[in-house]
Order: sequence, then C-alpha cells, then structure tokens
Amino acid sequence: MQAELVEQRRAGIIPDQLLLLEHPHVITLGGSSDADHVVADEATRRRLGIQLADAGRGGDVTYHGPGQLIGYPILDLKPDRRDAHRYLRDLEEILIRALRAFDLEGRREEGLTGVWVGEQKIAAVGVRISSGWITSHGFALNVATDLSYFDTIVPCGLHDREVTSLSECLGRSVEVSDVVDPILLAIGEVFDREIRVA
Amino acid sequence: MPQMGESIAEGTVSKWLKKLGDTVARDEPILEISTDKVDAEIPAPEGGTLVEIAVQEGETVEVGTIVAYIDTEGGAAVATAAAEASPVEAESSADGPAVEAAPVAQAPAPPEPAVPPAQPDAPGSAEERLRTRSTPVVRRIAEEHGIDIGSVPGSGHAGRVTKQDILDFISLGPAAPAPTPVVAEPAAAKPAVAATAPVGDFWSMFYGEVQHPEFPVREGDTVETMDKIRRLTAEHMVLAKRLAPHVHSFIEVDFSRIDMIRKANKARWAEQGARVSYTAFVAWACSRLLRRFPQINGTVSGNNLIYRNNVNLGMAVDLDPGLIVPVIHDADHLGLVGIGKKIIDLAERARSRRLSPDEIQGGTFSITNPGVLGTLVGMPIIPKGTSAILGTGSIEKRAVVIEDSSTGTDMIAIRKRSYFSLAYDHRMVDGADAARFLAQLKQMLEDFSEDA
Repeated sequence: MQAELVEQRRAGIIPDQLLLLEHPHVITLGGSSDADHVVADEATRRRLGIQLADAGRGGDVTYHGPGQLIGYPILDLKPDRRDAHRYLRDLEEILIRALRAFDLEGRREEGLTGVWVGEQKIAAVGVRISSGWITSHGFALNVATDLSYFDTIVPCGLHDREVTSLSECLGRSVEVSDVVDPILLAIGEVFDREIRVA
Repeated sequence: MPQMGESIAEGTVSKWLKKLGDTVARDEPILEISTDKVDAEIPAPEGGTLVEIAVQEGETVEVGTIVAYIDTEGGAAVATAAAEASPVEAESSADGPAVEAAPVAQAPAPPEPAVPPAQPDAPGSAEERLRTRSTPVVRRIAEEHGIDIGSVPGSGHAGRVTKQDILDFISLGPAAPAPTPVVAEPAAAKPAVAATAPVGDFWSMFYGEVQHPEFPVREGDTVETMDKIRRLTAEHMVLAKRLAPHVHSFIEVDFSRIDMIRKANKARWAEQGARVSYTAFVAWACSRLLRRFPQINGTVSGNNLIYRNNVNLGMAVDLDPGLIVPVIHDADHLGLVGIGKKIIDLAERARSRRLSPDEIQGGTFSITNPGVLGTLVGMPIIPKGTSAILGTGSIEKRAVVIEDSSTGTDMIAIRKRSYFSLAYDHRMVDGADAARFLAQLKQMLEDFSEDA
C-alpha cells in the first residue's frame, strides 16, 4: 500500500499523506539488519504468533504489535527538506512534542535515532526515501505495547537499551487512540501542514 | 554517492536494482543505498546503458564517490555520482554569488575501453541536445506549460536552460532572440506563451549579460582575470543593484542588555559547545520578527509578490578574498543557542569550502556584519530574489543620554551601541514597513528575553 502511495505522490496525483495504524505482532528487518538480532527462533515466533517481514526501510530489526502507534508519512521532501537526517530529526521532534501532551519529556540520544524517556527507548524511527525524495515508513511509538515481545529481538541492534511505553512511563493505561490528536498536532506544526482527516 | 543530507558523509550500497549492460531510463531508480535509519533509492541522472559498477553491494563509500558509469545514447558517459540531490538549484546562478561551491553535474568519461568514444558534440537533434542540457525540474515545468525547451534561451552552463530561465520565459514570454541555433525547430506549433516584446526587451536589458566596461592599463599595473567566484559576485552585484530600487533606513541599537546576557551565560553555553555571538542574537530576533513582516521576507517576481513560507537567513561570510552567503534554513525553528552554533558551523565550513549546495541557496533575508571589522555602518546591496538585507555596524561604547528610571532625571551613561542599516526593495517594502521592522527589532534586542 505504501509503495502505491509513493508512486502516486511522486506523480503528483495525491498530496502529502499520513498513515496512522497498528500492526499485528510482527518482527521487521530494516536495510542494515543483522539476522542475529532476531533472538526468537522460528518455533518461539510461531508460538507467540509473530511474523517476520523484510520492511524495505532503513535501520535494524524491530518489533511491531498491538498497542503501538505506527505513523507512515508519505511526503514529498523535494520542495524544501532534501535532507534525510533532517527528516529523521523532524520525526523525532513530532514524537517529542506529542509526548509533551502527556507531560513527558522525550529526548534524543546523540548518534542514535529514536526517542527516549530517561534511559529507555519509547519510539523507533526508520524511513525509506524513494526516487524523487518521496518518504515512506516512519515511526513506531509504544503506547500500550506488551513490552515482553521486545525480548524476542535486540531492538535496533542496541543490546544494552531497554524499551518502554507511554503507559509504563505514566503508570496508567493509555490507548493508542489517545495519542492520535497530539501526533496530528505535532506533525502539522513540524511539517507546517494543514491536516485533513480522511 | 549523492548527498542525502548535510550531516551524512557516507552511504552503503545496499542493492543494485540494475545489472551491468541494463538499459536505464533517466530518473529510473538504479540502486538503493542505506545510511543509518535511512534507505534511499537513487535515480539515474541520465538515460543509457549501465557500463560499469564501481561500488559493490555492501560497500560503504564517501559522498561524492563515483558508484557507476552510464553510457548515454549520445556516447558521452556520466557518472551517477552526479545524481546530486539538488542539481537544479545548483544551476540557477541567479541565487547568489556563491555558486562556485555547487558541484558541476558532469564527470569525465571513464577510462573504460568498452565505452564507445565520448563525443561531447555528438550530432543528435538540437532538441535532444537541449533536453540533455536541462534538469528534470526544468523539463517538468516545460511539459506542464507546453513549452519547447529549444525555444527558451539558456543562461546556464554551456547554454543550459535553468529553472530561472524557464520561469522567466513563462512569466514574461520569450525575451531576446535565442542565442542558440535551435530556432529552426518548428516550435511554433506548440501552444507557446504569447510574446510580449516590450516587456521582454526591458527584461533582457535588466538581465542581459553584464558587460563591465574596459579601461586602459597604465604602466606598472597588474592585470588579472577574474576568477569564477569574483565574476559571479560582480555580475550578481550589478544586477541586484540595477534591479531593485534600494532604500536604506538606519536605527541605533543598545546592546547593554545583550552584553549582560552573554556574559552571564558564556560558561553555560561553552559547556554545550556553543558560542553565541552578537550576530546570533540579531539573527534570532530577525527570524522571529520576519514572520510578522512577510513583505520583508519575500521578493518581487514579475508582476507578483512572493511571500516566502520559510525564514531562511543568509549570513554573509568574508572569505578574504571573496564572499559567500551560507543560509540558515528555517531559522525561526532554531533557538538562540542553535542559531549561535549554526552560524559558527556555517562560517567554518564556508572558509574550508565544505558547504553543500543546499546550504548556499534559498535565502529569504540576509544579514551582513561589516561592523565586525570596525565599520560604523554599511549600506548593503539586496541579494537578488529577496527584498531586504540588514547591515550591522560595529558595537562600541558611546556616551548617551538616558533617563534614570527611579528619579526620572536625565543622565549621561556609557552604553554599548551599534548602528543598523536596513536595505530594502522599495517596490515591495514601504518606508513605514521598514521603520516598523527596525523599531521592533531594536525593542526586541534591547529588552531581550532571557528565555530565548
């Protein structure tokens, strides 16, 4: 579906898009993935109902599943933002701003991509830039994720880092739907776009 | 290996999408590269046959490394290293005097015996030659407007039609007779834009090639040919001055409070690896203020006024000799310390000639600081494509009359002050606008908020 939207965006048929969704349990491999970072063997994966998929984005292995808000912006960066790193930083900025709506101060980790609260990673970022500076893939924010699933991988190749979720940070249950508005608001601000919900 | 971002120095070839000997179309993705967290498809800069793959899958190479050679139909070979992220703007030399830093999207023919001899002047149709001399953006614009590129006079390298050329052509119709021998092409059949000769003449007078009159050389004089950066600067300055009716307004700004803030925070900033100069404060204040003065952050374009959506500050840097104007993009999104860091970073890289093309383009407002060398105040020239530039004079201690806020009596005090000059294009900016801008800038700087 993303590939199709990328084509249409490149052709100028559609304006910039944003897909917000939740994935079923799945381990995805990025362009620089190390197979050793998938810890769970096939049997374990089958027992837990986890699929394995090659995502075609940048970054290492990650886990997606229910309780995680996935955002895939399909943007044309050509006009004013032709800088892949800047795009990563913008996505982090969106997440940091959205977390502020919950009085949570997210931060970047020098030299790494993603958003941390304290020493724990709360959101992952991995993108693809297709011919003509069209983006796909994006971010995954742990909202109410069952964090035990991360034990099946070494997230993003970081052995010594733990993951967390918004619910865990706040000590109360937060739904994925509660985060949608803060995310939309932040995306509107950071990319200077008017958001229309389809 | 194309430049994917200013902080990206290298990339890994993750996958070749085409094999040796494959025919590729221009703009068709030929390989995928990955940097940390980013995967990207790289399109072919030219159509042709993939004749050599220089970097294998899994190899990591620096930006600018040639990764492959494509044998173009005409016979000339082009390296994909030229798949530069921004070939288009790099070509529009109208944007600044600093185009020197832009990479030329041409590579020498490879020493590859399998390649037919390079024939830069291969016959091919005139249209074909011009087509290959323009960038994808230009061709797209041409297509959208039903314009035959062959009928547009090109001012770029080797007669190449630049984006500015075609935009000028669209807004004003054909200008002076095309200097290319391509008019033979029956372009008239195309729904070309109606000719508006009088405006066109006026336009070519303004934009025609700058001719610097010659003067006799006297005995003992030294004569040297202008290098490219000097020639482009000279041309830009003549055009910029000729084009915009310049008006200059001045104001005096008290830096005492900023001086205090700088002293109080210097150590803290140093810990963050930042130095926040006086200019950073001025840039910060301008970036915020320009949002309120769209006419000062725009340009006259044909019969239109363009108000820019971004605040991109051009910061003039002295190269001694030479001048370059790196741009802080979206300065209004950066904090004071961020701007301070950026100014130092850009200036350092400007001096070591390591700026990327994107970093010297797209300025919407400029700041120049002749004061740094002791000049009282300057009257700068407005860069083409913008409507104003701020000049800041030297900051020096002056005896001034101020009012004692507790007693209400006048007194003479020693304060650090500086003269600012705003040069603005009077076609777009009225004197009162400029006065309001300067007054608000003065107020922002004199009452500078600590939490900026």
